[in-house]
Amino acid sequence: MNMKLHAAALLALTALAAPATAQTEIQWWHSMGGALGEWVNDQAKGFNEKQKDYKVTPVFKGSYDESMTAAIAAFRAGTAPNILQVFEVGTATMMASKGAIKPVTQVMKEGGIKFDPKVYVPAVAGYYTAPNGEMMSLPFNSSTPVFHYNKDAFKAAGIDPERPPTTWPEVALAAAKLKASGHKCPFSTSWQSWTQLESFSAWHNVEFATKRNGFLGMDTRLAFNTPLHVRHIENLANMSKQGLFVYKGRGNAADATFVSGECAMLTGSSALYGSVKRNAKFASGIGTLPYYPDVPGAPQNTVIGGASLWAMSGKKPEEYKAVAAFFNYLSDPQVQAVSHQRTGYLPITTEAFAITEKSGFYKQNPGTDVSVNQMIRKVTDKSRGIRLGNFVQIRAIIDEEMEQVWGGKKSAKEGLDAAKKRGDEQLERFEKANKG
Amino acid sequence: MAVEKRVRFKNWWLPWLLVAPQLVIVLVFFFWPAGQAIYQSLLTEDAFGTSTQFVGAENFLRLWHDESYLASFKTTALFSVLVAGLGLTLSLMLAVMADRVVRAANFYKTLLIWPYAVAPAVAGVVWLFMFAPSIGIVSFWLRVLGFDWNHLLDGGHAMALIVMASVWNQISYNFLFFLAGLQSIPKSLIEAAAIDGAGPWRRFWTVQFPLLTPTAFFLLVINIIYAFFHTFGIVDAATHGGPGKDTAILVYKVYFDGFKALDLGGSAAQSVVLMVIVIALTVVQFRYIEKRVNY
Repeated sequence: MNMKLHAAALLALTALAAPATAQTEIQWWHSMGGALGEWVNDQAKGFNEKQKDYKVTPVFKGSYDESMTAAIAAFRAGTAPNILQVFEVGTATMMASKGAIKPVTQVMKEGGIKFDPKVYVPAVAGYYTAPNGEMMSLPFNSSTPVFHYNKDAFKAAGIDPERPPTTWPEVALAAAKLKASGHKCPFSTSWQSWTQLESFSAWHNVEFATKRNGFLGMDTRLAFNTPLHVRHIENLANMSKQGLFVYKGRGNAADATFVSGECAMLTGSSALYGSVKRNAKFASGIGTLPYYPDVPGAPQNTVIGGASLWAMSGKKPEEYKAVAAFFNYLSDPQVQAVSHQRTGYLPITTEAFAITEKSGFYKQNPGTDVSVNQMIRKVTDKSRGIRLGNFVQIRAIIDEEMEQVWGGKKSAKEGLDAAKKRGDEQLERFEKANKG
Repeated sequence: MAVEKRVRFKNWWLPWLLVAPQLVIVLVFFFWPAGQAIYQSLLTEDAFGTSTQFVGAENFLRLWHDESYLASFKTTALFSVLVAGLGLTLSLMLAVMADRVVRAANFYKTLLIWPYAVAPAVAGVVWLFMFAPSIGIVSFWLRVLGFDWNHLLDGGHAMALIVMASVWNQISYNFLFFLAGLQSIPKSLIEAAAIDGAGPWRRFWTVQFPLLTPTAFFLLVINIIYAFFHTFGIVDAATHGGPGKDTAILVYKVYFDGFKALDLGGSAAQSVVLMVIVIALTVVQFRYIEKRVNY
C-alpha cells in the first residue's frame, strides 16, 4: 500500500512537472519492410530530433492491404492511427470514406501551416486530389513502371547494352536474340495490370476507364478492351507461346527473377532500383516503358504507383497539429531529394528533382532519371492516373483473366472482354455502396 | 433389451446449471459470430463502416449470378474429395505400417507427427518452394524427367500442388487417430483370425478395418471440414487461387473478399453459404454414412 502511494505521488509530481515538455505522440502505420522500413524509421527520427513538441512513432503493419485492413478494424473499434500509409489502389476507397479521414489541406490549414499542392509533380498531386480540387492525402512514396534490363545478358546475346529496346517490336526482337543465346526467361513483368494495361493506356494516351479513368466520378466503367489493348495482349500472348515472355506470377513475384538474373528484361516498379543496386550480381540498366511507335501521341506519360499518407478522423486538435508539423517536415524539398536518391521512388516535388539534378546524382547513376522523365510531363485527361473503387478486386480479376490468356485458354479479346465485364460489376457495386 | 441409461434429477434446474458453462461457450463463441455473419450478409457497407445499407438478399443474389462463384463450387468439391480421400488413405496406410513396426516405433511415430506442427501458410510456402517452376528442386527433377511443371499457368498442376500441401499438413492428425484406433483393437481378435488361417491382407479388411470405422468416420467429417475451412492459408501462400480461378476454393474467396478486398457484406454472404453447405454435409454424413459404422 505504501509503495503504491509512493508511486502515485511520484506520478502526480511528474504530471505537474510535465506540461513544460509535454510531447504529443502520434502513430504512423506503414507498410515498408526491409531497407524501405529503415528509411521510414529514419524519416520519423529526423522529425523527432528536429523539434521537441511532437513525437512520431512509426509502426510496421505488414503489406499494404494488411495495414489497410488493420486500420479499418482499428477505426471501427475507435483506435485508428493518426497517419496511415495507403497504396494507390486504395485511394478511391479512402476518398469515398469521408467520415474516416481528414483531407490533408484541412489538416495543414488548421495546423497553421502554409501548404501549396502546386509544388508537387502534376501527375502525383492530381492523383490524390478530389474532383472538387481539394488535395486529400500527402504524396509520400510514388513510383512508376520502367523497363529494367540486364546489361551482361544483352552483351552475351550481341545486343548493344547501352541502347535498350524502346518499342514493343524491339522488345520482341531483343527477346528472340536473348533466347537464341540460351536465355530461359528473356522477358517478364511484375504487376501485370499496372504495367501492361494501366500504364500502357496512359503511355499511349488512351483511357483505361471512362470518366477520365474514374477521376470524374464513381459512374466510371472499364475501357481496356479496345483494338490497341487487344493487340498488345495478343502480342504478349504470342511471345509467351514462343518462350520469349515468361509469366512469373501475380504482384511483384517477377521482381526476384530479374534481381537473380533469371529473367533478362522486366517491366516493373522504378522502386526496384534500390534492390537491384544492392543485390544484383550483374550490370543493369533502366529504360523507358516500351510503346507502339505507330500509335499517335505515344509515348505520353506513365501513371503512378506507391502510396500516400492519410490523416485519420476523430483525433484531438493537438494531435492534428503534430500531423501537420510532420507533413510539413516531409514536404521539405531537401528531405524529399534525399529520399528519392535513397529509394528509387520519385522526387514528388519539382524542386526535389532540381536539387537532385544539381547534385549530379543522375549523371553518376544513369537510368535513375528515367522514371522522373516519364512522369514529369504535361499530363492529358487520359493520362492523369487511374482511380477506381474496388480496385483490389479489379486487379485480381485482371490477373485471373490474363493468366487464362497466357495459358492459351482464352484469346486476348476474350480475356479482356471478360475482365471488363467482371470489373464493371465491381465498379457498379462500389458506386452503389458509396452513394450515401 | 434396452437398458434405461437416463439419470433422473430431482430439481429441474440442476441439469441446466450443470450444462450452463458449456452452453455459454457455445452461444458466445459459435452462435453469436454466426448470427453476426448472417446479419452482416444482409448489408452493403463501405470499407470503414461509415455508410451502411440494408440490402436484403442482394448479396446472395449477386453470388448466384456470378459464374465464377458457381464454378468455385466444383473446384471446392474436387479439392475436398481429393484432400479427404488421399489424406485418409495415406494416413491409414502409414498407421497400419507403423503399428507393425517393432523396433524404434516411437521414432517413426514422432517423425510422422511432425508435419502437424507446421502452420498451413508455412506448409503452402514450403511446397511452393519445392515446386517453383524455375528454382524448385522437385520441378527441376520433373524437368529432367521431361515433364514441364508450371503451376503458374496450368490449373491441374496448381490443384495438385495445393492438394499435396493440404494432405501433407493433415496427415499427422489422421495418423494419430488411426494409430490409436489400431492399438485399441484387442490382439486376441487378430491372433484368432491368424489361427483360422487369414493372411495379413484379409485380417486387415475383415477384422481391423471394420473395427476402425468409427475412427474413419470421425476423421472423414474432420477432414471435410478441414478442406473446406482451414486450407485458405495454403491456397493464399501457394497459388492465390490461380491460375485464373482454378484453385479458388470457396473459403479462399471468403478470405480474399473480406480481408483483402474489404467487401464485408459479400464475404459474409459467402460464409453463410459455406456454413449451410458444411452443416448439410455433416448431417448427411451422420444420417447415412454413420449407419454403416460399427461401434
